Amino acid sequence: MGVLVHKDFDFIVQGITGREAVNFTRECLEYGSRIVGGVTPGKGGREVYGVPVYNTVREITEQRKVDGSVITVPLAFAADAAYEAIDAGIKLLVIITEGICRRDAAAFIEYAHQHDARVIGPNCLGIIIPDVCRFGSLGGPAVDCRKAFKPGVVGVMSRSGGMTTEICNALSQAGLGESTAISIGGDPVIGSTYAELMPYFEADEATEAVVLYSEPGGSSEAELARWAKENNSRLPIVAFVAGRFMDDMHGMSFGHAGTIVEKKLDSPADKIRRMRDAGISVADEIGDIPRLVQERLDGAA
Amino acid sequence: MRFYEFETKTILARRGIPVPEGSRAANAGEAASAAQELGGAVVVKAQLLVSSKAGASRSDESQAVDSPEQAATATEELLKIDDGGRGPRGVLVEKVHAATAEYSLSISYDGTAKQPLLLAADVAGNIEDIADAHPDRVVSRHFSALVPFSDYVAKEVAAGLGLNGSELNRMAGVIARLARLFLDYDLTQADIQTLARLEDGSLLAVDCFSDMEVEAKYRQKELLAEFGVGEEDTRSVREPTAFELAGKKIDDDDPRGIIGPVVEFGGNVGLVIGAGGGSLTLTDAVRKAGGDPANYAAIGGNPSVAKAVALTKLVLGKPGVDKIAVMSNVVSNTRADLVARGVIKGVIEMGFEPADKITIFRVPGAWEADAVKILNKYGVEYCDRSVSISEAAKRAVDKING
Amino acid sequence: MAMFIRVDVNDELVAATDGLAAKLIEVCPVKIFKAGADAASVAVVEDNVDECTLCDLCLQGPEGSVSIVKLYED
Repeated sequence: MGVLVHKDFDFIVQGITGREAVNFTRECLEYGSRIVGGVTPGKGGREVYGVPVYNTVREITEQRKVDGSVITVPLAFAADAAYEAIDAGIKLLVIITEGICRRDAAAFIEYAHQHDARVIGPNCLGIIIPDVCRFGSLGGPAVDCRKAFKPGVVGVMSRSGGMTTEICNALSQAGLGESTAISIGGDPVIGSTYAELMPYFEADEATEAVVLYSEPGGSSEAELARWAKENNSRLPIVAFVAGRFMDDMHGMSFGHAGTIVEKKLDSPADKIRRMRDAGISVADEIGDIPRLVQERLDGAA
Repeated sequence: MRFYEFETKTILARRGIPVPEGSRAANAGEAASAAQELGGAVVVKAQLLVSSKAGASRSDESQAVDSPEQAATATEELLKIDDGGRGPRGVLVEKVHAATAEYSLSISYDGTAKQPLLLAADVAGNIEDIADAHPDRVVSRHFSALVPFSDYVAKEVAAGLGLNGSELNRMAGVIARLARLFLDYDLTQADIQTLARLEDGSLLAVDCFSDMEVEAKYRQKELLAEFGVGEEDTRSVREPTAFELAGKKIDDDDPRGIIGPVVEFGGNVGLVIGAGGGSLTLTDAVRKAGGDPANYAAIGGNPSVAKAVALTKLVLGKPGVDKIAVMSNVVSNTRADLVARGVIKGVIEMGFEPADKITIFRVPGAWEADAVKILNKYGVEYCDRSVSISEAAKRAVDKING
Repeated sequence: MAMFIRVDVNDELVAATDGLAAKLIEVCPVKIFKAGADAASVAVVEDNVDECTLCDLCLQGPEGSVSIVKLYED
């Protein structure tokens, strides 16, 4: 079991001949993922670690089942790659490319919605069900990935790719493990927010608790708090909000575009208050997460 | 990236939204001439990046005056305002118009709906404050960034404000223009905090501000060139310090991996940390442990050894910093061994012993086996993945604060 | 001076292997090798040696033509 992907999940990589794509293609194959094709316009006919490269997405979807696409193309081509995948009938997109403008992201996410396709990201690393399927570049080399991600009971959602691995590593060290981990992306406009993904975890038998990593900026924590209040979820949620030092630094930029505090809702203090009000446990320290999850699991039993 | 009010008004006027008659003045003399030309009552508004968003016509940022002499005096005063380490970009001298009614319009992206969100109220001011104080007076409407903006959306909002007849059509015209320029100029926020209706029924954008997406700079070159915004000009909320500029230079000089943003703080705990989310978490963890960070950094994308050397020297060379902590989340792409080489080399090139200056090295993940060997050779404490970020930060702070 | 890595080049072996010098210059991702006195030899760029990523691409020639020594292992 798990969320969004599964052991027979077949996916392609758009931009497969790029430097980072070549790396994670090998890492995914070594991890056991089923990459059934790659796309780089003008490089059709080549191979990347045995994966055939095509000029267009349709060349692949016309001859076989494709469940998802990882998009890691240069910024200037990212929106086009998303439209191409959606028009070819692919229903799950992981968009790794960073720096996509809100206007472009909002447009192709709306287009995906109209076509019943789901977008994870932009500016994310993808999805992993430990030892079952890795869809994207979470965790690095397969050997390191297996150290950090272990099968288990916690669903993880994180706005930071690197912190997805950090938190899953901590949960694995504590013996809890992960059911599915999703790097949802660090941009202000992303395809799938915490609240939208919660029902998937809710429906997943393997998931017994959810951990999320959040940052300053944006309204997705307030949205989750509202969801938690309105839905009597069986899943305890433990959250961690990074960047509390930014509470008194309105407008300063630290990394992801999404972390700039622009509105009242955006501040870590406001997020923590809203989530606690909704019954979500908020860890004061990153190191407290596994213990809080265990406590919530024990309390629920 | 914030625009000054006079720049926002240039955009609005170009797209057919009327703004008050007036001009920008760089000094008291120019302001007096501008007031003279306009005649009668004028308002003098400091042109600021930081606080312009706080609200409409704040009394400490603008002054209403009746004569060119008063305009000059007001300008002298207003130009003393500290705008995040900068002076104001001059003042805007504008004719004062009597309003019969005031409204507020605001457009930004809503991450929940993943669409632009248009907010309107039948009272002037910062839309967030209005929404807090009078939620019943705010009309909200999402619109699509995928299809061209339709006028009916603007009419729905105008009708929601209780308008009818020519008032409705005039308001819908302003809203539609604002929505279209919001999309066309890649703005992330476009607000008219005071939209005044004059005696003759026309609408005038009196107070406004806008932010443009930094990532869109490459496709808004024409506008930015017109405003004289250079590649390096980030329009950040405060001017970068020499330390921060040095950090940016290190990042720009070597494209292999990233080390920034580098931000200067006032404390003594030197931080060589990564990556994006990891740096946020580590900075909090250091503060939680009682430490006072000297800086922020964000190592990512597998920087070269030379780049790690340069960052180490920058941080350890900062006045008040005696020791550094090298920490990150579990890394996937950035290599622990290359970071280890960089920080040790940096310390040695400054003439110090790594074991004296590097309090802790917590970079678990890719190539950590080699990192451990390097650190062992130089006697630096290594933390593996079993040591949490919180615990690593505590150990570092304890060693630094002794 | 490099502190972490040492690159040993056996000039005779490199010279004796057709195209190896050019190949070394081409494959190294951190530009440790540059053209030597003649087309059949390489010189080591000392400033770049500590950037070595241990990718082993320079070790694909005849055994002993190039060796990479980790100075932190002994």
